[in-house]
Amino acid sequence: MSVSAISDDRSTLKSRLRRAERVQRLRAIGLVLPLFLFILIVFVTPIIILMTRAVDNPEIADSLPLTSAALANWDRTDIPGEDVFAAFAVDLVAAQKNKATGLIGKRLNYEMPGTRSKVLQAGRAAEKLTAAPYKEAFLKIDPLWGEIETWKVLERASHRNTSFYLLKAVDLQCSADDEIVNVAPDQALFRDVFIRTLGISTLVTVATLLLGFPLAYMLATLPPKHSNILMILVLLPFWTSLLVRTTAWVVLLQTEGPINDLLLFLGLTDERLQLIFSRFGTVVAMTHIQLPFTLLPIYSVMRTISPNYVRAARSLGAGPFHAFWTIYFPQTMPGIAAGCLLTFILSLGYYITPALVGGPTDQMISYFVALYTNKELNWGQASALGTILLMATLVLYAVYNRLVGIDKMKLG
Amino acid sequence: MFKPTLKVALLASSMLVLVACGEEKKEEQASSAASNTTSTTATSEAAPATSTNQTASVTPAPATGGLTVVSWGGAYQEAQRKTIFEPYNAKTGNVIKEEEYNGEVAKIKAMVESGTVSWDVISVDTATALQGCDDGVLETLDYSKILDKAKVLPGAALDCAIGSDVYATVFAYDTAKLPNGPASIKDLFDLEKFPGKRALQKNPFVNLEWSLIADGVDPAQVYDVLGTPEGVDRAFKKLDTIKSQVVWWEAGAQPPQLLADGEVVMTSAWNGRIANAIKEGKTFKIVWDGQAPDLDMWAIPKGTPNLEKSYEYLAFASSAEVQSALAPYIPYGPTNLDAVALVDAELAKSLPTHPDNLKAAIPLNPQFWGDNGEELRARFNTWLAQ
Repeated sequence: MSVSAISDDRSTLKSRLRRAERVQRLRAIGLVLPLFLFILIVFVTPIIILMTRAVDNPEIADSLPLTSAALANWDRTDIPGEDVFAAFAVDLVAAQKNKATGLIGKRLNYEMPGTRSKVLQAGRAAEKLTAAPYKEAFLKIDPLWGEIETWKVLERASHRNTSFYLLKAVDLQCSADDEIVNVAPDQALFRDVFIRTLGISTLVTVATLLLGFPLAYMLATLPPKHSNILMILVLLPFWTSLLVRTTAWVVLLQTEGPINDLLLFLGLTDERLQLIFSRFGTVVAMTHIQLPFTLLPIYSVMRTISPNYVRAARSLGAGPFHAFWTIYFPQTMPGIAAGCLLTFILSLGYYITPALVGGPTDQMISYFVALYTNKELNWGQASALGTILLMATLVLYAVYNRLVGIDKMKLG
Repeated sequence: MFKPTLKVALLASSMLVLVACGEEKKEEQASSAASNTTSTTATSEAAPATSTNQTASVTPAPATGGLTVVSWGGAYQEAQRKTIFEPYNAKTGNVIKEEEYNGEVAKIKAMVESGTVSWDVISVDTATALQGCDDGVLETLDYSKILDKAKVLPGAALDCAIGSDVYATVFAYDTAKLPNGPASIKDLFDLEKFPGKRALQKNPFVNLEWSLIADGVDPAQVYDVLGTPEGVDRAFKKLDTIKSQVVWWEAGAQPPQLLADGEVVMTSAWNGRIANAIKEGKTFKIVWDGQAPDLDMWAIPKGTPNLEKSYEYLAFASSAEVQSALAPYIPYGPTNLDAVALVDAELAKSLPTHPDNLKAAIPLNPQFWGDNGEELRARFNTWLAQ
């Protein structure tokens, strides 16, 4: 056999191998594709849209195009000149015709409360303005239009992108001097709510770990006959709707409810305790709901730990606690890490449980996202809050990854 | 070799969990809609879903058939069915397709923005009517197609919505537990005379007004005072005095429940809810002092394919005969001034619109809340969280 024959043979072999691999790769891609598309369409795209909504600011630019253009050349030191007012008059007439003055008023009202009706009034009055000087005419309609602050807000709001919602989501705003300052104390809310959200989530995570770890240990070490029954007790609530479980806690915790009855009966308290509509109730209910999420990964990791390690340690003279702490516990760490992360991140998004069981000081950030989406119809603010929550979660995840390491995590 | 598998497993299980939670939220919506509450629902993810779901049902708009009317469900929609929907069907030969919602204006906005409007007429509250109008999601009404504006209760004919009935936020107590119960707004704020928890709506509307009235402001002047920064401070200061004793409710079904459970000694509530509970045998009593009348309104989402029929429906629902028929079912007053005389005199006494009940009422002022609502709600939420 000549050398060339061998090399020929080798190249056909190679190409045949490649062909075979390609078919396999295509098949693999084909299997993954539905999931990939599903995640792309229902998960990634909405998040991207959400994040753009947080900075999207089309109201003024769309409804007052000429004014926005005229304001671009304004030097922001004094009330704008006649050209801006003339453009404003033309825009307002058009807006009045398209019924867009309400939208303009609503947008300005976010930054200058009380201006909504003045914009509506100006819209109606603008239709009667036919000749210059427009500036004087507008000042006559309302002194608001003679204040430089109004025009600064309008100019800021006329850009297609705004930082307004994101700043407000962390209790900041642009001041009259175009500096970023804290909002008025009686309007400051979200920083506290974010801290509260993190605080409650941490508390719930720790509580589920303290309750879940011993239970997981018991489940993993009992003979299957008993542990299976106990497992059902853990899984049954897990399969029950979150709303049902929360409502059950409402019944249990209320002032005239069974827990208070029991405490009174046992003489542990003289008067009925405020259990519902409180932080205590919120944490208890959330802990109950989250317990399986922390427990199950720990349990499945514990199942894989051979009892021989602890036996060996004990036979070499380690005390029971020492053997547990230095031999057994470190091996459960991957499960603890996974369970705690799962519970913590899920807790960050809790909505219905704090809404039903918590008091006004226990509402988490999701409550405000829902409030701004449904009630205030301020989707920019809702998106900004959601974006900040997402970013905070990602940052925390990165920190966690650094400290614990995602590769050390184990779900079983 | 091992580690990537774990990562994938973790991701996959978190996805599963996410999906599971999504389903739970849907259930939660359904159940709260069924219980005819008016708030506390997560619809952020439901909104776009609705618009796509609806597409199928809209596209072939039947030429002869349906007009989709959306209301709040429960006893309220039952009353509307008896007094408006069924007579309307009988008279016009049209068929009203009923739907229920929970006041989620976000749903309407999503429909209008995606151009798949499947709701023709919706029942909204005043705040939503104003917001929806500003946002351009509601049709601006042509009153020439409905009725003479002069026949409508002042303040009930808005640009984008017309009042359908007048309900009121009142406060109530249980006579079985408090034989000599509170009689005025001042009593509501008097923790010495009437110790114990009170339930109030988690909304600055009504609460700030009541604080000022309890602080000595004449109900007729309430909005003049509340329009000033000092007035707002004064209201919050007064509200501070009972803050520790307040349970906050969000859904209309909560106050009668809280009262019946003995969770609170008195509560603010919508008058119809208390009247219903009394009908069911509860010993509650309504205090009309400082009642805050508000409107349920009809509105048309922008872009409905059945605009003319919707107007026809509004004209029918706003007529005096139809409006006067509602009171026997649910004690809400008519907005058509001609309808007032048609309501049975004895029955009229239980309506928010009866002159005796209106004596110390807070004037209707949706414009004030349109202008200042956002700021006051933000301040209220901050105040609550302190």
